[in-house]
Amino acid sequence: MPSLKDLKNRIESVKSTRKITKAMQMVAAAKLRRAQDAAEAARPYADRMNAVMGGLAQAVGASEGAPKLLAGTGEDNVHMLVVMTAERGLCGGFNSSIARLARSHAQKLLAEGKTVKILTVGKKGREQLKRDLSAHMVGHVDLGDVKRIGYANAADIASDVLGRFDEGEFDVATIFYNRFESVISQIPTATQVIPASFEPTGEDDESGTLYDYEPSEEAVLEDLLPRGIATQIFTALLENAASEQGARMSAMDNATRNAGEMIDKLTIEFNRSRQAVITNELIEIISGAEAL
Amino acid sequence: MATMQFDLVSPERRLASMEVSEVQIPGADGDLTAMPDHAPMITTLRPGVLKVSGADGEKSYFVTGGFADVAGPSATILAERAMPIEEVTGELVEELISASEAKKADASDAAADAAAKYHADLTATLDSIVGR
Repeated sequence: MPSLKDLKNRIESVKSTRKITKAMQMVAAAKLRRAQDAAEAARPYADRMNAVMGGLAQAVGASEGAPKLLAGTGEDNVHMLVVMTAERGLCGGFNSSIARLARSHAQKLLAEGKTVKILTVGKKGREQLKRDLSAHMVGHVDLGDVKRIGYANAADIASDVLGRFDEGEFDVATIFYNRFESVISQIPTATQVIPASFEPTGEDDESGTLYDYEPSEEAVLEDLLPRGIATQIFTALLENAASEQGARMSAMDNATRNAGEMIDKLTIEFNRSRQAVITNELIEIISGAEAL
Repeated sequence: MATMQFDLVSPERRLASMEVSEVQIPGADGDLTAMPDHAPMITTLRPGVLKVSGADGEKSYFVTGGFADVAGPSATILAERAMPIEEVTGELVEELISASEAKKADASDAAADAAAKYHADLTATLDSIVGR
């Protein structure tokens, strides 16, 4: 049985742990709000981009000379998986759930006899995938020094990916990230970005209008496709950032609650053993007095 | 006077949204002015100055590229990077020009022309803004 002093130390240490988790939860809550605002602010651009790209893809996609980024290379032997995770842990199942999705995806492709290449964004994902897929890793983007994710970060990743595509390193690219649903639920999502696919948006009313393209449809498409892909990556990064903070917030909330329960339990144990010590001493005194 | 809805959005945020009577766009093939009920069109942008005139006077924005989507009652500019012209500072000019120079230097043959044109447009625009 632990001594009174041990118990007291234990309680103190759990109390300070609780203080830390509580603070982390509040920091995550503040960061979450900022991340959500950023995601919100980026939405008009992404929506618009999607709408325009959708229209363009329809107009040009069927023709012979459609760019490879849109039409694909005609094969799907080599797959590039861009796995986006956090730089830091202590955020519940956030990193593991993306890694799990990416791993099962990779294993499925490998079983089909395809080649898999993995580009990781964020330290945690690399650590988790390194264990059994290290032979397939082709690159890593470190966002550890980035305080606020900007479009420039997404553009860098996009140009890395596009550069590899131009050199014929892969046929299909898929990005993995957590879609922010709510503070308690983030959904690991895989989105194919090359060959580009654009989800139709709600506002289809103008798809009927015939646009004039300047300089030409192909030239506009050529210019827009890389931007469209960068935008998709940017959106994914922002969703991921919001999800990370959301996951951390609920993980830390749980940790704070657990610490509270532990403190209660330890306090009861402490009081009981203190009581036992007092009773023991009394018995000793009384039995000593009786012996006289 | 007829007006149209003008939106200027960058990937990170919406920079402007207002009713205007005309928009001057630095298109890749030359400047153009869009007025209400312009025929629907999409054009890519070169680095340049975007001018809008509305009820509360004229406003200018510096854009580095992107594209414009003009359709009847609205004009939407999706800019890679954009800011009100007053916010263009010496430091920023240096930064943009050196970034573009670096890009020009290591552009592959296929992209060399585009990079050189981008650099020339960018330098000309920034000079005209800062040298005012």
